[in-house]
Amino acid sequence: MSVSVRIPTILRSYTGGTAVVTGAPGTVRELIAGLDADYPGIARRLLDDTGQLRRFVNVYVGEEDIRLADGLDTPVPAGGQVSVIPAVAGG
Amino acid sequence: MTGANSGPRHKPPGQMRREASPVSSTLTNQASSSAAPAAPTAAASPDATPSRFGFATHLACRECGHTRTLGSTHACDQCFGPLEVAYDLPPLTRARIERGPLSMWRYASLLPVPPDVASRPNLDPGWTRLIRADQLAQVLGMRELWIKDERGNPTHSFKDRVVGVALAAALELGFKVLACPSTGNLANAVAAAAARAGIRSVVLIPADLEPQKVIGSAVYGGSLVAVKGSYDDVNRLASELADEREDWAFVNVNVRPYYAEGSKTIGFEIAEQLGWRLPEQIVVPVASGAQLVKIDKAFRELIATGLADQAPYRVYGAQATGCSPVAAAFRAGHDVVQPVRPATIAKSLAIGNPADGPYVLDVVRRTGGCVADVDDGELVAAIKLLAATEGVFAETAGGVTLAVLQKLLKEGQIDPDARTVIVNSGDGLKTPDAVSSAIEGVSAIPPTLAAFAERVPGLAVSAARKAG
Repeated sequence: MSVSVRIPTILRSYTGGTAVVTGAPGTVRELIAGLDADYPGIARRLLDDTGQLRRFVNVYVGEEDIRLADGLDTPVPAGGQVSVIPAVAGG
Repeated sequence: MTGANSGPRHKPPGQMRREASPVSSTLTNQASSSAAPAAPTAAASPDATPSRFGFATHLACRECGHTRTLGSTHACDQCFGPLEVAYDLPPLTRARIERGPLSMWRYASLLPVPPDVASRPNLDPGWTRLIRADQLAQVLGMRELWIKDERGNPTHSFKDRVVGVALAAALELGFKVLACPSTGNLANAVAAAAARAGIRSVVLIPADLEPQKVIGSAVYGGSLVAVKGSYDDVNRLASELADEREDWAFVNVNVRPYYAEGSKTIGFEIAEQLGWRLPEQIVVPVASGAQLVKIDKAFRELIATGLADQAPYRVYGAQATGCSPVAAAFRAGHDVVQPVRPATIAKSLAIGNPADGPYVLDVVRRTGGCVADVDDGELVAAIKLLAATEGVFAETAGGVTLAVLQKLLKEGQIDPDARTVIVNSGDGLKTPDAVSSAIEGVSAIPPTLAAFAERVPGLAVSAARKAG
């Protein structure tokens, strides 16, 4: 069973305009690597030069912010839903 | 020169919305690359002319410097960094600003808004009091303390300022709906501003918000949606919605670059009210962190334009211990902020994943300040102290700010002899539960002098004599 990944508007140029794409279960890190194989260049938008999540990118597995879990090592179960969202200041 | 005024003020129907006309390529005010307290805008351009976004020329990424035209985008498509408004400013004079309206629009030239913004239906936010707090200063052992009292805004918090700019920009970009995720104060400001402008509002709030803030949004008649979860959950939902509803202006999402600029006017006003001088120290509450970052930007713009003299200042951030990810990052020496799950009565500061946190760290480190936190008991005591000494009933965020000032004075990190400003960002009448449990129960007496004398012995001497 695959994983569904919600892509924010600013990255949809990589996915041909598609808002939700599919990936394979594993860790978030593996998921991003898999996405990059399907949509070359997308990982560079999410990760910095050292391979860390860029500081203004938020990734959620289900309801969970991965920074509150195990970061890029957070597991993504089969059938899971992942959202990539630009960090936004609130108020 | 700039061709930024070449576009029509109102786009013809059918033209793509939310994308401003391209601006000239002669952009002179790139975010400075110098290491000094970099002025975000270059020295004045004598022939700068205003467009429908005033003297704003483009958006620039704070992280990587990538630029794009003025439009409804908030994140850099290269690195996800936040986009910020850049300007090509004309020469500005104190005299001209002083002749301006008694609202934040006296600084319209320094904001991404049309030159005639003050004459359009809006809430005319700003120009709130800067209160000299001598009695409080005496209690704290300080020489010169001021309170920037944001209760004076139309919906009683500083959020009217950011919404004022967001509304003006949203209308220029062709939006017909004003929306936001909010911890309450922003919800009030968006609902009221949309009503005044005659457009629809959609406001998302955490379900556990103070009733006063819920009522203060619902009364304006827009769509109010309570969401089960924390503010961060609401914020995430709003970000996803903003991706789906590109025809809605989420003030703090897709028009955030404009919105955030509104907080600069707190800094402009403080300086003007101090006689065009910067404070030597300022303590600002930190939720998302945008207010603190923009007050610093305001001070740098005042210096860059010559409106205020160059002078060192220190910026201090204030958080509640139950939601203090930026203070924790400061103490740990980190330049990224680890999100937390908020647990504090200071709900307007309860943002566990503050997007401007990294920039707060940059500002306080650059200016020699710090970020500190206080617990709920300390903030409640501070609310009462501020009320008793200066007649100012602050909301919980204001209590946090004063309590952090007290703490940093005690620790020797704030100089009691330096000119200091604290920001009270909102009104205690919106968060009365915070202090109601700390105030002794008030029971009724019979309507007799004797009963009064018994209740208030010290104040009723003559009455007591008569009664006796």
